[in-house]
Amino acid sequence: MSILAAGYQGRLDRRRYFERTLGTLAALGILYWLGINFAKSPSQFFQASLIGLSNGVLYALIALGYTLVYGIIELINFAHGDLFMLGAVFSANFMSIWFGKNHSGVVGWGFFFACLLAVMTFCGGLNVVIERFAYRRLRRAPKLAPLITAVGVSFILQFIGLRWNGSGQKTWNSMLPKGAIEISNVKIPYTTILSFVITVPLLLLMSWIVTRTRQGKAMRATAQDQDAARLMGINVNRTISFTFALGGALAGAAGLLFQQTRGLTSYNLGYQLGLIAFTSAVMGGIGNLQGAVLGALLIGLIQGLNDGLPIGLGQQWSQTVVFSILILLMAFKPTGLLGKTVTEKV
Amino acid sequence: MSILKRSKSATKAGAHATSQRKWAIGFLIAAVLIWVFYTYVMVHLPDGIQTVVQNWFPPTSLNEALVWVICALGLNIVVGYAGLLDLGFVAFWAIGGYSAGWFMSAFFTQVNFRVFTTAAKALPGIHISFWGVIFIGGLICAFFGIIIGAPTLRLKSDYLALVTLGFGEIIPQVFTNGSNIGGFNLTNGTQGISPVDNIGVPGKSLGPFDFSWKFFIFVFLTAFMVFISLRLRTGRLGRAWLAIREDELAASMMGVPLMRTKLSAYAVGAFSGGIGGVAFATHVNGVFADRFNFSISIILLAMVVLGGMGNVWGVMVGALLIAWINSTGLPAFGDLVNNTFHTTINFPSYNFLLFGGVLVLMMLFKREGLIPESRLKAILHESDDTSTNVGGSH
Repeated sequence: MSILAAGYQGRLDRRRYFERTLGTLAALGILYWLGINFAKSPSQFFQASLIGLSNGVLYALIALGYTLVYGIIELINFAHGDLFMLGAVFSANFMSIWFGKNHSGVVGWGFFFACLLAVMTFCGGLNVVIERFAYRRLRRAPKLAPLITAVGVSFILQFIGLRWNGSGQKTWNSMLPKGAIEISNVKIPYTTILSFVITVPLLLLMSWIVTRTRQGKAMRATAQDQDAARLMGINVNRTISFTFALGGALAGAAGLLFQQTRGLTSYNLGYQLGLIAFTSAVMGGIGNLQGAVLGALLIGLIQGLNDGLPIGLGQQWSQTVVFSILILLMAFKPTGLLGKTVTEKV
Repeated sequence: MSILKRSKSATKAGAHATSQRKWAIGFLIAAVLIWVFYTYVMVHLPDGIQTVVQNWFPPTSLNEALVWVICALGLNIVVGYAGLLDLGFVAFWAIGGYSAGWFMSAFFTQVNFRVFTTAAKALPGIHISFWGVIFIGGLICAFFGIIIGAPTLRLKSDYLALVTLGFGEIIPQVFTNGSNIGGFNLTNGTQGISPVDNIGVPGKSLGPFDFSWKFFIFVFLTAFMVFISLRLRTGRLGRAWLAIREDELAASMMGVPLMRTKLSAYAVGAFSGGIGGVAFATHVNGVFADRFNFSISIILLAMVVLGGMGNVWGVMVGALLIAWINSTGLPAFGDLVNNTFHTTINFPSYNFLLFGGVLVLMMLFKREGLIPESRLKAILHESDDTSTNVGGSH
């Protein structure tokens, strides 16, 4: 018996040793790669990191939606990326078509914030409707069922985007001021600064709602144990709806930011960005809010560095890099960077 | 050996034998009838009817539909039998297609290697007989299926779906960017590899336009997949898959080796994806990287879900139906409506709504599919009966 146990222990140790060595080697390789790139062109290095980080905050807004929903009902909401896409299309229509605002300025700014509110309401509401009609009935069904449903909803949302936005890419004018601050060859566009200025308060607000308010407490209780929460008098359905609304609102904000900073929309935007955001959520440990933000910034940074550095794989391998990271993470550390290991209850 | 072991009970084995003979005969009769119709009957029909048939059921879309059936049957083994969600099945289709591109075309001009081929002697490149490439493609896919499955099968089902999805994104991108991997042209990038060799059968060499003869080859491959699916289902391995699908924990407690069983589901599924990929490459006479996108994986999933997860005949009906709607049904219907009512609605753009709608509505109202499998039906609805805690291992 003890011999068997020792053998098992030895195998476990060897496995851990193997993983640790592999991890160290990978880290050293990445450091070396960063080092030679930095030596080659420091300004390009900073520029690429900056672009990466500004993508990262966008991913963070979307990733939070995934992680919130997963945290509460353990569903990978495939349709979330497409919700973000609809947010971007909605904002473009709101600003440029319905109100015809095409220039930056005080009025344009006013409309920008009005649009922020409108798109957050729109996406939040849409997410609640989706939950009500597609996911609620399947809450107790085997896991495969809601997952397939989510894929289906994602296709339906893409269809709406296709009808609304057309099959091609559309370009739009931005309300945000153009131009950039230049610090020794590194350009910091105003749009990047603004996306930080808008995102950070939103993230703080969200974190305040989840950790400090009564509704947030209900959310955490529901995530822990739905039945116990119900017994404690928590309206579980309303709490889950609220979670979907919160995640949807963040996706909407991300949609507006994307449309305003990049100035383009297309119906298949949500699929790629959604997957990247989901990878970020997993990287940080799905279900963990801080983890999602950390993962998103890291993924954004990795992507920015890969695309922008002089010695790198380049943009055409961007997806491959991100998804390889996802697969490696899943294989070696499925709990993510900040996630806790949960033993399955039987 | 143990994989194909027969059921021990004698009466049961007898029943299986007759039912298997029955389906084989029925399948053959249907195939011959369709073939006779297209080769002999159709040319004698009046022009009006010929046009209708050409518009609504062209022979080329029939062959394409059979390729979809082959792949859907493979996905059915993974999703329907073993209950593992695979959202990146397109990767296997792509790998199969590129096996055809590599091993039966003039693409690698550096070498001249030929095995039982009908290709011209002067042509450089690797030329292996279609029947050999089918196995090579299938084996490469099975290998990749195991590679992707091995480190990730410890994960929960929804994580596994994500990993397969990532795999399904990576492989097509590798093929798209593969025109210059360290200076080596592996895949010819977005231009793809075209043409591929003809299919050699005794006394004939089937080119890209020999639809009616290729139809038989595709029917044969489909029958092979149906046979494999049905035999595995009743065998030891199939019962282990079903046990895992129904309750993984209980199955492992009963002595089912989880890892090996799941991996074999992936390998067999991937193998059939490879067969489908090779067949498709001969059907369109080449492989083109931009065809392999996520929507293929989803359409395959919709076929399996619509037909009935785990039921071979259901999946076949679902695949034929959706493949037909996708390739000819929807455009033909659109033309009909537009010509009758003088409208200009772009019907093929409703694809997304259709497939999304199929997935959502089927999951909400008829989770077991059009032709349900009896065991699966029971499981999928067991949680509807009780409102007690079922948050466990499902």
